[in-house]
Amino acid sequence: MAGLTILYFAWVRERIGQDEQQIAHPGADMTIAALLDALAIQSAGHAAAFADRARLRAALDQRFVPLDTPIGAARELALFPPVTGG
Amino acid sequence: MPRLIVRVDTEDFDPAAELAGLERLPGGAVASFTGLVRDDGGLTALHLEHYPAMTERQIADIVAQAAARWPLLGVTVIHRYGTLPVGARIVFVGTASSHRTAALEACAFLIDWLKVSAPFWKRTLRQDGSGEWVEAAAEDDDRAAHWGGQ
Repeated sequence: MAGLTILYFAWVRERIGQDEQQIAHPGADMTIAALLDALAIQSAGHAAAFADRARLRAALDQRFVPLDTPIGAARELALFPPVTGG
Repeated sequence: MPRLIVRVDTEDFDPAAELAGLERLPGGAVASFTGLVRDDGGLTALHLEHYPAMTERQIADIVAQAAARWPLLGVTVIHRYGTLPVGARIVFVGTASSHRTAALEACAFLIDWLKVSAPFWKRTLRQDGSGEWVEAAAEDDDRAAHWGGQ
């Protein structure tokens, strides 16, 4: 199966210390929240970035989705704080 | 669909030139909003980061919704990123229509939805060298939600 690209923005990026990560695709049924649990044990930075789920937002293939969404066939997951543009 | 101009860029823009472009459309009504970096007690600049692949898609979606709702002849959306000093322009939304209500309402709708659905993040840079990521404001969600849709 193809891989999954994970993009990090704003303080999520700063805490993890990288803006992008490639992983083996975790499977269509895995939710973003379950993937965050798995990634959180990779480093202290990941754990810090993903600790407060209420302040975390996600997009799959450039569409906003809730954290309990299954990853499905998506190729790009982005994780970031609530947006503050305009 | 209205004539659409979208630019996401580090460069500054000229609101008068953008308005002149909208005025050349035959509608007779043009409305606009310009957002600038506010002098917020000790602030030197804002740094804006964005998610390029998603930004274009989100802005196109928001404009399509506005066009479905109001009879628009033209829409211009400009959003800057990078480091912008106090007083610098950040964002421009302009609308042209045959009806002033459509131009004004669509302009307010577009900036309200841009604030909550375009993937930009602001970080403050202060005179003492400190800085922090700006927290999203709950009232921005409320303002966008009052339009319904999305």
